[in-house]
Amino acid sequence: MKKILILGAGTGGTIMANKLRKALDREEWDITIVDKNKTHYYQPGFLFIPFGIYNKHDVIKPKGDFIPAGVNIIYSDVDKIVGEENKVILEGGKVLNYDFLIVATGTQVDPSETPGLKEELWHKEIFDFYTVEGAVALREYFETWQGGHLVMSIAELPFKCPVAPLEFVFLADEYFTKAGIRDKVDITYVTPLPGAFTKPIATKMLGELLIEKNIKVIPDFYIESVDNKEKKIISYDGQEIPFDVLTIVPVNKGDDMIERSGMGDDLNFVPTDKYTLRSEKFENVFVLGDASNIPTSKAGSVVHFAAEILFENLLCAMKGRELRAKFDGHANCYIETGFGKGSLIDFNYTTEPLPGNYPLPGVGPFGLLKNTKFNHYGKVIFRWIYWHMLLKGKELPVDNHMTMAGKKSQ
Amino acid sequence: MAQKTIAGVNLEVSEEGYLADPTLWTEEIAKEIAKEENIELTEKHFEVINFIRENAEAGLTIRKIGKSGIVDIKGFYGLFPGGPLKISSKIAGIKKPASCV
Repeated sequence: MKKILILGAGTGGTIMANKLRKALDREEWDITIVDKNKTHYYQPGFLFIPFGIYNKHDVIKPKGDFIPAGVNIIYSDVDKIVGEENKVILEGGKVLNYDFLIVATGTQVDPSETPGLKEELWHKEIFDFYTVEGAVALREYFETWQGGHLVMSIAELPFKCPVAPLEFVFLADEYFTKAGIRDKVDITYVTPLPGAFTKPIATKMLGELLIEKNIKVIPDFYIESVDNKEKKIISYDGQEIPFDVLTIVPVNKGDDMIERSGMGDDLNFVPTDKYTLRSEKFENVFVLGDASNIPTSKAGSVVHFAAEILFENLLCAMKGRELRAKFDGHANCYIETGFGKGSLIDFNYTTEPLPGNYPLPGVGPFGLLKNTKFNHYGKVIFRWIYWHMLLKGKELPVDNHMTMAGKKSQ
Repeated sequence: MAQKTIAGVNLEVSEEGYLADPTLWTEEIAKEIAKEENIELTEKHFEVINFIRENAEAGLTIRKIGKSGIVDIKGFYGLFPGGPLKISSKIAGIKKPASCV
């Protein structure tokens, strides 16, 4: 019996388990998936918790519900991967051998990387919304907040879901407007990037939206530390920004296990061929999603598109053939812009987000780089698609490769 | 793309002044670009610039330079005030670093 081992039962690992079990003969291939947690989080939903739109129960389900019959699931922390010997050692010493390994251990926030961040104000007046605990604590804070300086800060690149902090400030604008205290709240968006987003055309569109909503942007701010006494953030070049409440995207890092395995870069992301999705170090190891260092967004949509490519290439590798499929870095992100509207961007390694329609040229129904009600419905309905179709590896009616159809070049 | 004469050499540069072809870079060119940024290059600057040129392909971040063993992040800001990664990349003759999120 040959063995496929998947580390991580998040979005990527779960999709792969479903695809592979369906495709491979059970007499021939044994499939095992390992994860340290039993809870599957619908992470795009975290953003809505601080504003009371979702609650905790809307975003959690048992991981086991999404792993198909015929796949072994082990709940355990991983000590390390020993790629030279084709084995993984679990916490406690149990050894799992593999013929092929898929690393899908994602990215986590690590507030301890920024001095002063995880100290006395943590989850009291300083919050992240990339954990369910942070998002829930922030909701409780916002419920009775009287207003003041709200500072949204990004600590380091890359980070998971690069549009989330923008969506956060748009939704905050709506939330405090409806609470009747928007005139008492000033919102500042602080980023290490030179503008609202990385790519020029989207930056212009989103930048204009920020101005329209009276949200101040402070670009090129690279945070060094947080001063809990004076309540301010300080950059490496000595700029200071005071806050009453700080919401932050802490430094993102790959799993500690990657570091223990000696397989990561300086942020524990695994060096990966950006086209084939194979590890640069081991021929029988593939890396899916946020855990890799490929130069595209760390996001569920990317994982979903990449899973198809990885699946095809894994089949090639099993037969000892050249890897045939090439990933193009396709990302597709809904951007909540507040007041029941949303925008949408679709891009890849080489093409920046452009205006147009998606997925059908001229028809849509979604508008690229437009601010529409329909885009918002796309985001709302996506939660259902995620639980019922995406995780189970079912075909969605969109292309894995980005297409220029429906896009307008500038 | 535009043409620009730097240190007596006619070069192709981007709208923001980044060299189109990193292989044409010389220390003289670096000094002249630095002068436009009001920076007088020292040996320490050149150590950082060489690190940047050697690691340009793999992609650079401020954090990575802070871990280079040459300067820490604060020191990097001290050498190239304002936008250290952008300014040092321009002086090092490599393309403008793109954030790929």
